[in-house]
Amino acid sequence: MSFDNPYEALTEDNDARWAFGTGFEDPLAGVDRTVPDGVDPAGLAAYCLMLGDDALILSHRLQEWCTHAPELEDEVAIANIGLDLLGQARLLLARAGAAEGRDGGEDHYAFFRDEPEFRNVRLAELERGDFAELVARLLVFSAWRLALLTRLAGSRDPVLAAVADKGVKEVTYHRGYAAEWAIRLGDGTDHSHERMAAGLATVWPYVGELFATHPVERALAEAGVGVDPAGLRGEFDDVLAQVLRAATLDVPDLGPAAGVSGRTGRDGVHTEAMGHLLAELQSVARAHPGATW
Amino acid sequence: MSGSEWPLYEVFVRGKRGLNHVHVGSLHAADGEMALRNARDLYTRRNEGVSIWVVKAADITASSPDEKDPFFAPSGDKVYRHPTFYDIPDDVPHM
Repeated sequence: MSFDNPYEALTEDNDARWAFGTGFEDPLAGVDRTVPDGVDPAGLAAYCLMLGDDALILSHRLQEWCTHAPELEDEVAIANIGLDLLGQARLLLARAGAAEGRDGGEDHYAFFRDEPEFRNVRLAELERGDFAELVARLLVFSAWRLALLTRLAGSRDPVLAAVADKGVKEVTYHRGYAAEWAIRLGDGTDHSHERMAAGLATVWPYVGELFATHPVERALAEAGVGVDPAGLRGEFDDVLAQVLRAATLDVPDLGPAAGVSGRTGRDGVHTEAMGHLLAELQSVARAHPGATW
Repeated sequence: MSGSEWPLYEVFVRGKRGLNHVHVGSLHAADGEMALRNARDLYTRRNEGVSIWVVKAADITASSPDEKDPFFAPSGDKVYRHPTFYDIPDDVPHM
């Protein structure tokens, strides 16, 4: 082994496709992709869109941090987290396409649906705030999603189970990253404490929605395919209490943000921020339909 | 960038089949824990590593380029220090 080039010592073999680093894995390798018996394909597709849209939309918000992060190192960290979520979104949207018998599902769902067809929770789409708001949003989102994916790994749908299994490792890191920053800022200076508390207060009204069970989620949970989010609240509250205690922050005493006649993100009812986000996310694909690069 | 206020850390990564940690670069972080996370995000994104060490650059005592000759030149002409002047018996393994 030569040590003239530090990266040479890191590579597993001389795979010409990669500058360094090898041994990449296909998370769906060997997974049976047929929809299991007794599972309603339309329901499965709707459920995959919900979890896929959560990841897609938050990933977009995280990508907006490129060139805006307070430190170069955190910029890369935030981009990595965004890419993890984008990868989850692609697998989930592709699964929705497979359930609906639609080729090229992921691009269709990401770029050619209109706002009311997106099923993400509103927490994901909120306007980009400051770094403390990002930390608060990421902490809440990943604590919730980790609890969800951990249970989804036991899904009767082998593809959902494989996607969840991959996601658990990723989101565990996201939660750790967010928790560490929440503690650093909350238990930092008076100013950072104030900013962190403000960030938490911004996202907190959108927490209740994460645990409200949509009929699709209920049906899929009963079929052993999905997870009823109402059952995740206990774990979420425990994690948040632990992090916020270490961060010397209080759990905000704020009511839920209003929906429209009780309808929220899972019903396709979004905040004003969503239209602006989609305009940017979809403009290139809509201007040049079918283009490849 | 306020990162210049944070100390510099040197990053060492051990690859999957590498036996040693290898220096791969440096970064800024407020403390060791943050340096470890930053190193994970900056230097293992392409599936390179299984273990990371970080150490404050200020904690490394390095030889000086000015002393290159007195440090290293004297070993340049002592080829007999390589153990290649022995006849190795056939029944000695792993040589």
